[in-house]
Amino acid sequence: MKLGNLFKVAMNALRRNKMRSFLTMLGIIIGVASVITMLAIGQGSKKSIEDQIASMGSNMLFVIPGSMRMGGVQQGSSGSQRLTIADMNAIRTGCDAIIAVSPEVRASGQAVYGSSNWPTTIYGGNEQYLEIKSWAIVSGRNFTADEAKGSAKVCLIGRTVADELFGEGIDPTGESVRFKNIPFRIIGLLKEKGQNSFGQDQDDVLIAPYTTVQKRILAQTYIQSIQMSAKNAEASVLAQQQVEEVLRRTHKLRENENNDFEIRSQEELATTMTSVTDILTILLGAIAGISLLVGGIGIMNIMYVSVTERTREIGLRMSIGGQGKDILLQFLIESIMLSVFGGLIGILLGFAASKVVGALTSWPITVMWSSVILSFAVCTVIGVFFGWYPARRASELDPIDALRYE
Amino acid sequence: MSAIINISSLKKDYYIGEVTVHALRGIDLQISQGEFVAIMGASGSGKSTMLNIIGCLDRPTSGTYYLDGINVAELSKNERAAIRNRKIGFVFQAYNLLSRTSALENVELPLMYNPGIKAKERKERALAALEAVGLQERMDHMPNQLSGGQQQRVAIARSLVNDPVVILADEATGNLDTRTSYEIMALLQELNEKGKTIVFVTHEPDIARCGTRNIVFRDGHLIRQEEVSNRLIATETLKALPVEED
Repeated sequence: MKLGNLFKVAMNALRRNKMRSFLTMLGIIIGVASVITMLAIGQGSKKSIEDQIASMGSNMLFVIPGSMRMGGVQQGSSGSQRLTIADMNAIRTGCDAIIAVSPEVRASGQAVYGSSNWPTTIYGGNEQYLEIKSWAIVSGRNFTADEAKGSAKVCLIGRTVADELFGEGIDPTGESVRFKNIPFRIIGLLKEKGQNSFGQDQDDVLIAPYTTVQKRILAQTYIQSIQMSAKNAEASVLAQQQVEEVLRRTHKLRENENNDFEIRSQEELATTMTSVTDILTILLGAIAGISLLVGGIGIMNIMYVSVTERTREIGLRMSIGGQGKDILLQFLIESIMLSVFGGLIGILLGFAASKVVGALTSWPITVMWSSVILSFAVCTVIGVFFGWYPARRASELDPIDALRYE
Repeated sequence: MSAIINISSLKKDYYIGEVTVHALRGIDLQISQGEFVAIMGASGSGKSTMLNIIGCLDRPTSGTYYLDGINVAELSKNERAAIRNRKIGFVFQAYNLLSRTSALENVELPLMYNPGIKAKERKERALAALEAVGLQERMDHMPNQLSGGQQQRVAIARSLVNDPVVILADEATGNLDTRTSYEIMALLQELNEKGKTIVFVTHEPDIARCGTRNIVFRDGHLIRQEEVSNRLIATETLKALPVEED
């Protein structure tokens, strides 16, 4: 029989049992829709974490003091005073994979304006700090290199602090705010970043020149960390090596001595964070995949029933000249049609479900084309695989027995 | 007249477990173009096996069978399917029409398995076959909208549509009442008049008398064959039947 006719025959057979065909397809529909939706959710949560990490800085690396031994006692890293401005300058001159570098010092305290006060953290950096940390300025300006070096009493204010001290939505640029009794002139308002992936409010900050924070607030000369930007994402690993070499040299460490500092990169952080969502995606995908498999078994089951039910039809088709391959193809096409139609409907449903989930969670949910293509291909394979055995059995029937079948 | 079916020393054995059943024990049979042959015999006599072999559904264990000059015993499964498609028309006791499929599509079915025939020709030939059995008005009816006799007519149209060299009917009147049976026999006689060769299996001696020759099987042997001397003309028998008042 010609292929076109076989399609017509299969189509008619499915139409004759509309309800059954639909219920059989339902397994595939749910399977495909859940594969697409689950992968979209997994991808969406990964994207949202990546976005958050990207908001922390651009190709950022940072150095923090490492733990060290002092007279045989292992010390915590936070209290160590190992990083200095000299280290930072050595990195600036010695590492060509680094394009921006800034010290970071921070202090917690109460910010006061008029009768309002708010507990916040002041970060001290140089003029490149904003660039490294991917901060944008809504109004006003960044502090200059001279201000950074000259302990100028200027600061940039985060949205949350501005809201708390000056009121919702007000631009406080030009106003003055006191932090630990030091008056700072607000020279700029920072663009909102939102929460980071740990749920911390990134906008609850003041940013000031590091010299100001060091001398006027903390009264110390060392710095808490060095923040850097690599040239690009690819240069991140190279930058890390260069920084390590430079710091080992400036810290005069011998071959057998451990680093007294630690270098972390945004890349690393992103990898760690997304590996969790990758596992989540695989898990969700696997569960959805199982439901797709169950749908496939449903098709096989129905095809077996269909072959048994239509034994006489098979006998008749054989007796009037149908060959084994005609019968095989007839049933195979029927099961492929079930799975492919089910797959198409499932894809549409998957898109719809992803949109709904996206709207409910405000995650940046995007349906991956690869998941659509994958699940569609899996569907077709399921149709062939699970249709093959029943179809094979039909084609191997003996026409005499089949005609006599009650 | 040339013999379109030529069978000599044909045997058929079945193996059921370790037991061998000799269904046919050496049959010689010639059937010529235009004959109307009735095969009779008790159950287990071998008549159904004979019909299956003639219909190329089964192959003999030994012996030769020529259908229209082709040695069928040598053909593969697929070749036999092709022979059935081009040279044989089947009519079954249970009609075996596809449910929820129109009469016309049922009649078209054998031509679907012949890739050489285009959709247009297929429809024309199916219409002509339905016309030959007097059911052209019912071409769009589904089998469940037709009476038993009408369904069997559709089945006969289906057996005619490929213009076969022989029509094989296996107890074609077995499910029908007397009147309808004779109507079907009248139709077959009419087709036979037009030159169709027909071989049919029946239990009923009266129905068998509609044919031109009767063959009787017993225990795998062909024990008797005779020309029908006082042949029943089905249309006349129909007139003689009392008209049922219901």
